[in-house]
Amino acid sequence: MTVPSLAERFRADFPILDQTVNGHPLVYLDNAASTQRPTSVINELSRYYRHDHANVHRGLHALSTRATALYENARQRVATFLNAEDPESIVFTRGTTESINLVASSWAGNELKPGDGILLTQMEHHANLIPWQIVARRVGARLYFLTVTGDEGEIDWSQLDTIFTDNPIRIVALTHISNSLGRINPVAEVCRTAHKHGAVTLIDAAQSAGHMPLDVRAIDCDFLAFSGHKCCGPTGIGILYGRKSLLEKMEPYQTGGEMIVSVTFEGAEWKPPPHRFEAGTPHIAGAIGLATALDYLDQVGRNSIQENDHHFGNIAATRLREIPDLRVFGPLDERAGIVSFQLGKIHAHDLVAFADQHGVALRGGHHCNQPLVRKLGLHATARASFYLYNTESELDRLVAVLHSAAKYFG
Amino acid sequence: MDFDELYQEIILDHSKRPRNSGVLPPPATRGSGYNPACGDEVTVFVLKSAEGKIETISFQAQACAICTASTSLMTLQVKGTTQEQALEIQRHFIDFLTKDGSSEGLGHLRALAGVKKFPQRLKCATLGWHALEAALKGDAG
Ligand SMILES: Cc1ncc(COP(=O)(O)O)c(C=O)c1O
Repeated sequence: MTVPSLAERFRADFPILDQTVNGHPLVYLDNAASTQRPTSVINELSRYYRHDHANVHRGLHALSTRATALYENARQRVATFLNAEDPESIVFTRGTTESINLVASSWAGNELKPGDGILLTQMEHHANLIPWQIVARRVGARLYFLTVTGDEGEIDWSQLDTIFTDNPIRIVALTHISNSLGRINPVAEVCRTAHKHGAVTLIDAAQSAGHMPLDVRAIDCDFLAFSGHKCCGPTGIGILYGRKSLLEKMEPYQTGGEMIVSVTFEGAEWKPPPHRFEAGTPHIAGAIGLATALDYLDQVGRNSIQENDHHFGNIAATRLREIPDLRVFGPLDERAGIVSFQLGKIHAHDLVAFADQHGVALRGGHHCNQPLVRKLGLHATARASFYLYNTESELDRLVAVLHSAAKYFG
Repeated sequence: MDFDELYQEIILDHSKRPRNSGVLPPPATRGSGYNPACGDEVTVFVLKSAEGKIETISFQAQACAICTASTSLMTLQVKGTTQEQALEIQRHFIDFLTKDGSSEGLGHLRALAGVKKFPQRLKCATLGWHALEAALKGDAG
């Protein structure tokens, strides 16, 4: 193996990993649900609350000035992280879910007309499906889906151009990396095709932001969403990147304090983006902690994380396939560090409970991909997802636990 | 060990070889239970005799071992009872799991005691029982 182990260099930065669960050293393989936080992020949250906290954009005193500077610097940090032109295209939200709801409500809710099309794939997380179902019902738009086929979860991208030619698609919203299949979608190509047909694009980067270099100018997307907690940052903070020309035309999502220029008893005038979309007191500490997390990711190197992910995804899929009666979902190679599988007839819940008993944290269920899991003829799958701190000996532990489970339930 | 308490031999047995598994056609009534958290689904079919007793009962499950075994054991326990008796057993069983109620008269269902230490599996253990209630009160079909 030519890939140097990131875990050797960085695992010690994650204090939570150093514990036993049910008498065994913890093997944390539920990173697609949420990653863990490095000491630098934990310390920064504590430092902020000990020294700098006050509300932002309101007070004229020293603490408020400091908090405001840190909060707005965090916005700049995110812009740099995404290679966005301008920090004003960065909106702080609660997470991917809220970012997508914001676009569905404030962009699609006002722009779409009856009969307009919204194009999704069949591998979308519920967060990138249900907001579109709701807005489609509200405005009379129609949902179109790119079909996902087989256990490998393939999408036939060659049909994309025709779909745009034949149907009045106004927006395409798709995931960058599938949280259940570990498949990486060609988002830049999709955006190019969509723009050729005058459609707007949204990328769900929940599973990619902490795992690979992301460049909104290279992808050329109109919107991009991700969550802090899936990339070493705090929970409750997320990002919506929006092309400025679109954000400027959008109505607010929520209303209240922070987002107005002037208010009379009869009406109000909105601030320009991004503050127009940040009504109320934001998650200040979350934004600051997220900026620290992004520093950390760049210190590790997002190219290295991506290589590490590919390495673990590929060897995990290969080694799991060697287990008798084990069915792996997702692409055969070039996968992210996410492997969903079904072991014999063992229900995912039983398998996850068994693994937990041996200190191995997996996810079992439909992973908020219910229609897709149904399509595979299943109700639930088990999932192992790797991150920069996982080791090959942890993969050995996973393989061993699956062999034991096959015996126990077999 | 707690885990083997949860997955007792009898639970594993009933999950691998569920009793009364299958579909009953109308006039049997049916009821379903669905767990949105995991997608598990159980459908229970009940055919009552002229005197109102559960004459035949069956179920179909797409579910974990705990849920399948609990439902399988349930069908054995409530067969031959009236609707009131069956619902009384249901209350009794749920109290046993959630309120530390007595296990007297629960027979093999006692094997599910391990669920008390795994509260996240409570829904699994009771899903079939909610389907039973729906089937008893439900329509044919
Ligand atoms: C692909 C994808 N999209 C969206 C989400 C939703 O993220 P959040 O719950 O942080 O809003 C997730 C999280 O599981 C995800 O994996």
